[in-house]
Amino acid sequence: MLNTKTALRLVLIGSAAASLAACAHHPKPAYPTTTPPPAPAPPAATPPPPPGPVSEAPLPGSTQDFVVNVGDRVYFDFDKYDIRADAQPILAAQADWLKKYPAVMVRIEGNCDERGTREYNLALGARRANAVREFLVAHGVDASRITTISYGKEKPIDPGTGEEADQHNRNAHTAIISGARPG
Amino acid sequence: MRLLSLILTMALATLSFGLAAAPARADITVNVNRGDVQPLPIAIPAFNGGQVGSEIAGVVSADLNRSGLFQPLDPSTFTEHDLTTAVQPRFAAWKAINAQALVNGDVTTVNGQLQVSFRLWDVFAEQQLLGLQFTANPENWRRVAHKISDAVYERLTGEKGYFDTRVVFVAETGPRGHRVKRLAIMDQDGANPSYLTDGSTDVMTPRFSPTSQEITYMSLSPDSSAIYLLNLDTVRRESLGKFPGEVFAPRFSPDGSKVAFSVATDRGGNTDIFLMDLRTHATTRLTSDPAIDTSPSFSPDGTQIAFNSDRSGTAEIYIMNADGSNPHRISFGDGKYTDPVWSPTGEYIAFTKQTGGQFHIGIIKPDGSDERLLTTSYLDEAPTWAPNGRVLMFSRESPDGSHKLWTVDVTGRVLQPVPYPGNATDPAWSPLLQ
Repeated sequence: MLNTKTALRLVLIGSAAASLAACAHHPKPAYPTTTPPPAPAPPAATPPPPPGPVSEAPLPGSTQDFVVNVGDRVYFDFDKYDIRADAQPILAAQADWLKKYPAVMVRIEGNCDERGTREYNLALGARRANAVREFLVAHGVDASRITTISYGKEKPIDPGTGEEADQHNRNAHTAIISGARPG
Repeated sequence: MRLLSLILTMALATLSFGLAAAPARADITVNVNRGDVQPLPIAIPAFNGGQVGSEIAGVVSADLNRSGLFQPLDPSTFTEHDLTTAVQPRFAAWKAINAQALVNGDVTTVNGQLQVSFRLWDVFAEQQLLGLQFTANPENWRRVAHKISDAVYERLTGEKGYFDTRVVFVAETGPRGHRVKRLAIMDQDGANPSYLTDGSTDVMTPRFSPTSQEITYMSLSPDSSAIYLLNLDTVRRESLGKFPGEVFAPRFSPDGSKVAFSVATDRGGNTDIFLMDLRTHATTRLTSDPAIDTSPSFSPDGTQIAFNSDRSGTAEIYIMNADGSNPHRISFGDGKYTDPVWSPTGEYIAFTKQTGGQFHIGIIKPDGSDERLLTTSYLDEAPTWAPNGRVLMFSRESPDGSHKLWTVDVTGRVLQPVPYPGNATDPAWSPLLQ
């Protein structure tokens, strides 16, 4: 995974690598070695400690970075569209992230649980999407970078029925549609 | 469109028997207004003419049975087996099983055309009530059966039938959360289903034009929405155009010349109601309230529009004049009211009500009186009226997540599933076919 990402980055900076490669044609000057080679290490009396963990993280500025480190979804109360207290830090972080990566364009998708009728829920989802849009704009994101759409109750993320599924399905999803770095 | 290219002619030749001089006894009648009415026992033996004769009688029997107003009797109890439309029935044989009415018929093929004659009898008055003959292409035999059902229903109830009609709906396939939603059409009894769209975009809320073989519906893709008109004869589709927001909830005016719909604006996310003249595409705004205003539905005379608004704080039913003036609330009960749909007779407005964790299909008079809840379930929604205003079809979701279509009559007494096997939502009943 890391190797793949590294390879990908190398490709992305391909033009720079090409010029470095051009330099490589010139032989490097040979410097005399003054330090003697180190003595061979003695055999270990105990097994070496296990290798330390290597953490893997999405590349900053990628869609994965946004989804994992910021959070792309906030939740709403039943038949409500005001931004809940628990959603505010997520949306503030979304705004900060979007300001940091100004090429990113997003679509806010308003979603509803199924405990309402189809047309009413399309209207309710539009309010939820707009509430998120207004929050982001108020926190400094250019309005021209944001579109909104309501899916009403048509695209539940939780296929179950009951209050737990309903809570999952009452949300606004900030979908990155362009401008993110490849992840 | 294959279904619509079929030709059906109806010969209103009343067969005469020289029975005109029969004593004029009180006709049997079926009172459609009484909720406690006993269904009328009716005998519908297989029509003469082989398998198609049996099948026509079966469809008539099923139609009348589903209306809840008739009780077709078990054919195994019938004792007269040589009935034809050329002779009078032996009434004693039908009185013996307490058949109040009798429908018998003959099917023949003339020049490749199906010719179906039938008679309706008042058994106890020993009187013919109706005699008609239909001619149709043989593949149209179900429509002939539905027309017979309509004729019997009208003769015995005094009201137009609703059996020779179709229903457009959303056929849903695939797992919940990833449903493919296709526009589909079928006969009102679930027969002859066919698809009108390929499922590449979600479609919702189809509605019939009251005057033509045209429907309007909403299409929703990940980044856009549209309202379309679809001509069922030509399968030609036309968009109503671009709007500064999401468009949904389309419904025709009674003369078919306009479509009312909602727009949820891109800036502000508020939903209001608009009206488009289909000839000029001129669009008028009808509401400009900061609340949700959606689900417009015209009164049959075209002068008023019922709609859904949460301007009071909860979703309620309102009525305004067709120009947007004088909006006023008509629903005041507990819970939330959505999906108002004006009946074709103008007498009632159907709605979906959500209260106490349950959903209901209900009706209310336009002046806000006489509210009645007809159903209760986990999730009922999207009522649509049969063209005679006596029956509603709606979508019912079970707690297991399946969606089925059901019908209920305006008394709430006759609740039945529509025999369509798949998941289905958003039914819309056609006018009577011509």
